[in-house]
This record gives sequence, structure tokens and C-alpha cells, in this order.
Amino acid sequence: MSEIVIPYRTEPHPLTGVTSGKLGIWLFLASEVMLFGALFSSYVLLRVGAAEGTWPTGVEAGLNVPIGTFNTLVLITSSITMVMSWASLKMGNPGAFKRYMGATIALGMLFLVVKGFEYSGKFHHGIFPATGWPGASDPSTFYGFYFTITGLHALHVFLGILVNIWLLVWGLALYKTEPERFAGRIEISGLYWHFVDLVWIFLFPLLYLL
Amino acid sequence: MSESHAKLGFLRSYVFSTDHKVIGIQYGITALLFLFFGLCLMMMMRWQLAYPGEAIPIIGGLLGETLVDDGAMLPSFYNSLGAMHGTIMVFMGIVPLAVGAFGNYIVPLQIGAPDMAFPRLNMASYQAFVIGGLVMLSSFFLPGGAASSGWTSYAPLSVTATTGQTFWLIGMIFLIASSLLGAINFIVTIIHLRAEGLTFFRLPFFIWSQLVTAFLLLLAFPPLQVAAIFQLMDRLADTSFFMPTGLVSGGDPVAAVGGGSPLLWQHLFWFLAHPEVYVLILPGMGIVAEVIANNSRKPLWGYRPMVYSLLFLGFMSFCVWAHHMYMTGMGTTMSTFFQITTMIISIPSVIILTCLVISLWGASIRFPVPMLFALAFLPMFGIGGLTGLPLGLAAPDAHFHDTYYVIGHFHYVVAPGTIFAMFAGIYHWYPKVTGRQMNVPLGKLHFWLSFVFMNGIFMPMMFEGMAGVSRRLFDPTVYEIGAAVHGLTTMSSWSAWLLALSQIPFIINFFMSMRKKERAEENPWQATTLEWATSTPPPHGNFVEPPVVYSGPYEYSVPGASSDFSPQFIKQES
Amino acid sequence: MNDPQYGWWLPPDVSVHGADIDFMINAIHWFMLALFIFWGGFIVYCLIRFRARPGHVAIYRDIEAKWNRWLEIGVAVAETVVLVVFAMPVWAKIKDDLPLAPEQDAMVVRVVAEQFKWLFHYPGRDGTFGKTGPEFYADDNPAGLDFDDEAGWDDITVRGFHFPVDRPVIARLTAKDVIHSFKIPVMRITQDVVPGMEITIWFQAKETGRFQVGCAQLCGLGHYEMKANLVIESKEDFQKWLDEEHEALGLDE
Repeated sequence: MSEIVIPYRTEPHPLTGVTSGKLGIWLFLASEVMLFGALFSSYVLLRVGAAEGTWPTGVEAGLNVPIGTFNTLVLITSSITMVMSWASLKMGNPGAFKRYMGATIALGMLFLVVKGFEYSGKFHHGIFPATGWPGASDPSTFYGFYFTITGLHALHVFLGILVNIWLLVWGLALYKTEPERFAGRIEISGLYWHFVDLVWIFLFPLLYLL
Repeated sequence: MSESHAKLGFLRSYVFSTDHKVIGIQYGITALLFLFFGLCLMMMMRWQLAYPGEAIPIIGGLLGETLVDDGAMLPSFYNSLGAMHGTIMVFMGIVPLAVGAFGNYIVPLQIGAPDMAFPRLNMASYQAFVIGGLVMLSSFFLPGGAASSGWTSYAPLSVTATTGQTFWLIGMIFLIASSLLGAINFIVTIIHLRAEGLTFFRLPFFIWSQLVTAFLLLLAFPPLQVAAIFQLMDRLADTSFFMPTGLVSGGDPVAAVGGGSPLLWQHLFWFLAHPEVYVLILPGMGIVAEVIANNSRKPLWGYRPMVYSLLFLGFMSFCVWAHHMYMTGMGTTMSTFFQITTMIISIPSVIILTCLVISLWGASIRFPVPMLFALAFLPMFGIGGLTGLPLGLAAPDAHFHDTYYVIGHFHYVVAPGTIFAMFAGIYHWYPKVTGRQMNVPLGKLHFWLSFVFMNGIFMPMMFEGMAGVSRRLFDPTVYEIGAAVHGLTTMSSWSAWLLALSQIPFIINFFMSMRKKERAEENPWQATTLEWATSTPPPHGNFVEPPVVYSGPYEYSVPGASSDFSPQFIKQES
Repeated sequence: MNDPQYGWWLPPDVSVHGADIDFMINAIHWFMLALFIFWGGFIVYCLIRFRARPGHVAIYRDIEAKWNRWLEIGVAVAETVVLVVFAMPVWAKIKDDLPLAPEQDAMVVRVVAEQFKWLFHYPGRDGTFGKTGPEFYADDNPAGLDFDDEAGWDDITVRGFHFPVDRPVIARLTAKDVIHSFKIPVMRITQDVVPGMEITIWFQAKETGRFQVGCAQLCGLGHYEMKANLVIESKEDFQKWLDEEHEALGLDE
């Protein structure tokens, strides 16, 4: 494998003040902003262009606000536990790190389970991505958006969970030899996780409340 | 800093390597193969255009009955060839060559870095590119053929098209992922891994062009990723992101819920595809700048204005996309906005081109083969850029929209524009990669033949477009206008076939020169930039000692210096 | 009516607004040619005068070439002039000054695009279009007329486009299946036809003749042969044609 030493892996660069990994994840998040931005913009475009009475509100479309609110709180809490797991490492407490990271993963899984219940509830009522809103005179593509946007978001949550599991189970070995570098990895994963949480905080009102 | 490492096996050294030089070469070979394949697709199309309804020689007998009828091309095959030619050339040819190959190989060397910031991510980018490319190519073998709705894949046509379109979408998702990962790598590398003393305004213009290109890829591709997902949902899950209510297809109502908008696809697509065209040209401009500075033996004129223009161009490229949509029924307010931004964006392009041209004033110009290509780039890109003016204004565009004028315009920019820049780069950096020089007479032959035939293909198209001949027509002679200018069509076709033959001297040169016994000098062009500060080929880790930079990138013919070039990495006695 | 002469440059222009467009096209191309000759000449001059030869040394620092600043400013000014003085006003005139049908005696026609033919739908003697809807499409009813609506009984639906010279025409464009594009080069018209939208354009011819309508947006396998015959004729001939089409409907029997 490569034994070249590439600088700024663990020490921050004087110009940017961050490590290469951290700069990299910020750039990745910038592209994700464009991704979800395009999703939101498309939703707004079609919704604004829809004729009166053809586009349901979240409640009219059968979305459950209490469950959505619960899921929002789950994700926000998981962001807090994520920060705590990183802080534990910085304070030299790998035991606390494991507990908090485990909590983050568990909460992420809980979010997905709840989402799974929401989806299966819809399917049970005969509502699929291709279904028009039953209450409308003209069809609308609300459900297409609902499933696609929340589905993409859920995929991002799932991938984040996978990364966190890897860090907790296999990545932890790096803590023994290079604690700073491992803490950096947790911080990077944390940034991604916060972003996924932030997207949901916009998604939830857009789909469920408006 | 290179340390001796355990001997890696063949696979680890050449197939699954994380060394940017190996990855650069992998990208280069793969991209050149795809470019050649895309050229072959076009050559078949040109037969049908020049001799409509006639059996294709030799190949016609070999193709199956879904593609040809008694050897003569079928419209379905023609449309597939058209869509795939564009897709392959843009996404599997030029971008991987300009960014993946030249960028990967040269950028770390030119900034004095041991490798890219994320070598394993780099390998993943290449692998995603290969997967995407294979998915695209495999679509040719599907029963319904490859995608056939244009490289632009407008809905609803693309939504109701055959399975080849699904493969196109999946292939695009991989290709986009490859570019996104690569873009992150380039930006972090250029910002973080510059050698000591290499401040931003001492960077070679090539590095600046790669930096801006990376930002364009990073920020412009995601909306197309979204659009591809939406179109996949429309195709596979019967959603209606792009499908309006009441559609019929072949007389029967389409099974979609409706309520969608075909224009949404266009907005999302062009939001990427306009910055994408700057991705296609900027690395080429960077290469041309390097070659011109080196072969005129003086600093580039207007380096700072060129850099500021590059940054401004990158920013503006996000603001002009709807000039591809003037004819969709948009209101005058929106069309005014985009006409203004389009006019504004032409200014930094003019500045960059003008600075390159003025760099020739007061120079001492040598004419090795790379310089021939770099010099030809200037008027060819000039024609391409100038012909963008009538297209960028909505009123003349009413005549030129979707005609051969558009095809001529963008091909002038990418073909005798970017591809000539790519050739310049290959001839220029060949000694760096292989340690040998390419044969000069073969190179000059390649240049002159290519130059003549490139113009032979695309200049007639400008006149065809002026006459009003639409593009994407399986047989333009169906229209009186098309029949009247059929001579121009035939001229383009013959020029295309002769252009393909003209690449033979290049291919021979490329492979034979590698095996030459006579090695080139370490710095055969007497260049000033960092990639020439190390041995050929560079070792693992690039530099034995990390280089230090003391001056700007183009210190040629410095008054009072002992030679006519003062490399960046050597401290000059003042 | 003569057969039009088609060649390598702009086709004949038989429209009222075409002169403005043609003027812009020609002016811009002269501008482009001038720039190209200037730049190209400069490059060739440099290649010759500043070629490397024994004893010739490059100049490290140029005298600031002021004329280059003027050139760039000149290009920017020229583009602004073209945009503000010509392009936007011409485009606004084409798009916004929709002739009002009754006041300006415009002829209204619906144009329906489908894979791979054009349909031209005239309102007939009552001047009113019958109601249409996608649920009524059939092989013998390509316009999708709802025959419960009396206004549609006298509508004329044909595959060839006729309209009279010297009279504004308002065309309402729609597509059934995919995006098409309504293109008449001699009228300097291109308008994308998008399903789900009804897009209205207007135009007026100043000469008669026989021409062709084409499709300018890839719409599938038969895109290349999606043409329609276009006949621009005198008011009298047009009325005669309308009368013949009305007779063919067989309403008065």
C-alpha cells in the first residue's frame, strides 16, 4: 500500500484552518446542498404551478404529523449524541464514545423503522409513488415527491448509519495508535450526520406541515 | 517524500493503484478508447446523412436486423447513434481525459505534491467511471437498443423510450458520482498540498483552470443526479415528475398520474449541462496557456486578468442555463434576464482568449507539434465562441435553434477547440510520462490533416444551419431546404472519414514512440513549472525532496538571467 | 407562386418580422467576421514577426498595450448595443404584441403536434373552436373534438397548413405525446410545442408561396419526416380553400 506521507491528514492547514478530510467533507456537503436544493426547488416549482385544489397539504395527503414530529426529535437527539461521542473522544473517554455512538446508531435505526411503518401504512392504503392524490379533480404528483425525497433522505441516513457502525466496530482500532486522527474521522462523520438531520428539519415542514 | 515500499503485485501496481500517475494513465487510455468509439458511431451516422437509404459499406452486412434494413441504417439506430455519440464524447471521453487524465497526472506534480489528497478516493472515482462507461456501452446490446432521445434526454420522449434509456440513467448516476468524488479530491489537493512558496498567484494557469473546473463539477452535477433519479422514477415507478396530464403515446393514454412538467427536466438538465460545457473547455484553455507560454519564451500576458476572468466565468456559468430554452415558450422577462447573463459571460471568455493571443506579441515563438495544436486552438475556439453570439440572443435564435448552426457552434469549441488542446497536452507531456519524444514529422502530418478536415466537417454545418436545416434528422433531404444543401452534408461526411484516417499517424506515433531507445532529456521543453523538477517517470511520491518555489510560473527570458528560462523551483541569483 | 430558391445562406423571408431578425443575423455576422479577421491577422502577424530565430530574444515585460483594454471595452459595448437596441426590442415585439383577434382581424388556428404529423384545426364558419380533450382522441378524430359540443361540428381539421397573406395569424400550439417544435424557416419561426402547455404565437406573411413546416425537436423515430405542406395564399384563394373544406364536411346534406 502507499507509504507516501500526505500532509494535513491530522494537522490543519494554515490557510483553511482545517484538515484535508474536514475540507473534503465540507465540499461534499456543498454538493449535497445542491442535490437537496434541486429536490426542494423542483417540489416548489411543481407545487406552485399546480392548479387550485389539486395539490394536497401533508395532512390532506394522509401524512401523520405526530409521527413526523417524533421522527424529527429522534434525529435531533441523534445529532446531540453524535456530538457527545466526538467530545468523549476529545476528552480521552473511549467508553463514553462507544455508548454515545451506539445511541446515535440506534436512534438512526429507530428513525428508519418509523419511516418503514409510515411507508407500509401508505402501501396498505393503496398509496404508491405513482398514485395521484385521491381527493383531487386533477392528479398531482405529490406522492411521487413524497416517496422520492424521503426515500433519498432515508438512503442518506442508512449510509450514515453504516459508516458509524464501521467506525464504532472496526475503526476504533485506530484510536489506540492515532487518537487524533480517529477523532477527526468521527468529527467528519458527525458533520455528515448533522447535515442529514438538517435536511430532515427542512423536509418535515415542507411535506408534513405546509 | 518517497520511501521504499514492499514490491506490490501487478494488480496493485497497475489495476488497483492509488498512485495518481497510474490513475491518470488509466483515465487517459480509457477515455481515448471511448473517444475513438464515439468517433466510430459518428462515422456511421455520416454515411446515412451523405447517402440516405444506402447500405453501409462492409459494416452494414454485419449488423443485425434491429439496426439495419438490408444494410441501410434504420431510424431507431440513427437516433441511438446520435444520443450515444454525444453522451460518450462528453461524459466518457472529454471530461475523463481533460480532468481525469491530465488533471490527475499533472496537478500533483505541478504543485509539488506527493500525490492527490485522497488517493483511495481517486481510485474509487476511476472505478465508478469505468462502471458507468460499461453500463452505457452495454446498452447497445439491449433488445430496444441504446438510449435514443438525444444526449439531452428530454422528457416525455425519454420517459417512454426503450430500456436503453434506463441504462443511460444508471450509467449517468455512476459517471456523476465519479466526477463528484474527483472534484472534491482536486479542490482539497490544490488548496492544501501546494509546495512551500507556491502561492495562489504563482500557480500555473493550468492549475487554476482545473480548480474552477472542479468547483463546476462539484456544484453543477447534483441537480442532474436529481433529474436522473426523477426520470428513473417516472420510467420505473410510473410517477409523473415530467409527465403532464393527458399524455398519449402511440394513440393510447400513458399510464402516469400526470401533473408533472416536461420543462422541469430541461431546467434541471441544463442547470448542469451549461456549466458542463465550461468543464469541457477550461482544462483545454489551461493546457493551451502552458504550451503557449513555454513556446513563446515569455510570461503570459495578463495572467491576473485571466485568473479573475476564470473565476468570474465559473460563477456566471450557473446563471445562463435557460439560453438553451429560449424556444420553450418562456416570457420576455425571463428571456431578457438570460440574454443579459449570456452576453455578460462572453466577456471573460473574450478576455482569456485575447490575453493568450497578446501573449504572442514580443515573443520568440517556437513551433514544435504541441505549439501547432495550441496555436490552432485560438482561431478555432474563436469561431466557436463567436458563433455563440447569434445563438445567445433570442431573436436570431428563433432561426438557428436546433439547426446545424448549433452543432457547428459547439463542435468548433470542443473538436478543433478542446480536442486540439488535448493533443497539445499529449505531445507536450509525453516526454514527462514516457521519457521519450514523439516523432515530429508524424506529429506535423497529424496536425495539418486534422486541422484541414476539422474545418471540412464543421464549416459546412454553419451554412447548413444558416439555410435552416434542423438537427437530429435521419434524412435531411426529406425537406426541400435539406435537399438543396445536400452537397454540404456530403462534404462534412467525407471530411469526417478523412479526419478519422488522419488519426492513424497519431496512433502509430503514440505507441511506437514509447519503445524508442533514445530517451528525451529531463526537461526537453526548457519549461519552468514544477512537473519538470523531478525525474521521468516520476517516482512513487513524485519528489525525492519536497520542492520549494521562489517565483512565478512563466519566468522566461528574464533580463540578465543566464538562460532563457528560470524554473520556479530554482532560486535565481538576483 | 414560384418555387423558393434555397441556398447556403438565409432562406427567403416571407414574414413581416423577419426583416428585423435577418438584419440582426447579418449585422452580427459582419461583426464576427471583423473580429475574426482582426484577431486572426494579429496572430499571423505575431507568428511571423516574433518567430524564434538566432539573435532574437523575447520581451519579458510588454509595454502595457492600452489598445487591448479598448478592444475589450469595445466588445462589451458592442454587445450591449446589440442586446439593448436590437435584440430585446425585436424579441419583445415578436412575443408580446399579440394581435387581438377581433380588432386586428387575426385568423386563429390550433396546431396539434403528435408523433409524427401536424394537425391544423380551424374553427370553421361559426368562428368558435369546439371543445377538445385527450379522452376523445381517435384515429378518425385526431383533434380530440367532443362532438357533443355543437361549436365543433363545423371545425376543419387538416394535415396541410393554409393561411392568408397580409393578415395576422394567431396559432395555439399543443402536443399530444412528446415535445415537438413548430418550425417554418421562411417565416423565421421556431416554437417548441410542449405537452401539457398551450403556447400561443403570432405571425404574418407578406408574400405567397408553397413551403414546408418541420419539426425541430427530436420526437422519436419518425421525427425526420414530420413535415407538413404550407400554402400561403391570397385572401381569395384562402377563402376558396376554406369553402372547399367546409363542403367536404358534408354538413349541409
